[in-house]
Amino acid sequence: MKAKVYVTLKKGVLDPQGKAVQSGLVHLGFKGIKDVRVGKLIEIELEGLSLEEAQRSLKDMCESLLANTVIEDYHFEIGDAPEKVTERCILSEGKVIA
Amino acid sequence: MFGVVVFPGSNCDHDCYHVLKHVLGQPTHFIWHQEESIDPSFKVIVLPGGFSYGDYLRTGAIARFSPVMKAVARFAQNGGIVIGICNGFQILLEARLLPGAMLRNRGLRFICRDVYLRVENTDTVFTNQCASKRVLKIPIAHGEGNYFAPPHVIKELKDNNQIVFRYSGPDGTLDDYNPNGSVENIAGIINKEGNILGMMPHPERASEEILGNTDGLYIFKSLIKAIELHSNTGAVRSVAR
Repeated sequence: MKAKVYVTLKKGVLDPQGKAVQSGLVHLGFKGIKDVRVGKLIEIELEGLSLEEAQRSLKDMCESLLANTVIEDYHFEIGDAPEKVTERCILSEGKVIA
Repeated sequence: MFGVVVFPGSNCDHDCYHVLKHVLGQPTHFIWHQEESIDPSFKVIVLPGGFSYGDYLRTGAIARFSPVMKAVARFAQNGGIVIGICNGFQILLEARLLPGAMLRNRGLRFICRDVYLRVENTDTVFTNQCASKRVLKIPIAHGEGNYFAPPHVIKELKDNNQIVFRYSGPDGTLDDYNPNGSVENIAGIINKEGNILGMMPHPERASEEILGNTDGLYIFKSLIKAIELHSNTGAVRSVAR
């Protein structure tokens, strides 16, 4: 079972890296860029866990290490193959959104 | 007795050790990151600067899980004095021993230069010798020193007088002297109890005449004074007020 964990800076937290990438894109001549935010994608292979156990475990991983919830939000996807996502779980500030 | 924790990737550990032991003549020992307990004879634990665990994931994020950090947390709970410098500050934040988090510097660049710090609270075990000198010149060297905390935390820090150092000009003015974008020009904070300090500037790099700057000694001498007082009166904590 594969999981993808996305970690992004919270809305309202300044993203200097995103700003630098944005200005780079603008300098390259790309038009219509309103905002750029840079985040992290962490891929984790899991085994021997039920979907529910995996969800719980991933949430713990995010809360304890993968994200710093003072400044970052996270969400994760669990699926056997990237194109065949069996479950999608979005968490933000501890609340399940979808 | 001073203890300097050594993480894989610490690179200011020897500087701290040198200043404490050879410049100030204090009994000082290194503490390896795999240690699971801290001897009670230690009075002050230093978490030095560097790039612990390569700064992977986030600065300080992995070091926080070193066995020694559990011991450091217990040491602090029992009133022991902990000072985190630069990467040490980042580790204290990740360990939630201090509130807030570090973002990339506003300008994205690693900044290595002298800055001025206004000492905002001289009633701490880390700054009791600063009453006569309220603006210190101490170098910073970091890429992630842009202190952030949500507004309610900042309010709490202010209400409890936990902001110990602010980036300033040589005369102590704050405007236009924020090198990295830190909220409120914050360069160093203490916990509510007043026994844990995190600071981004490096006092150990400004503690010898031959290096042209001894302002860092005000901090180390404050700690030595605090230990002396402790051994005389048993009162280790100078509570943040």
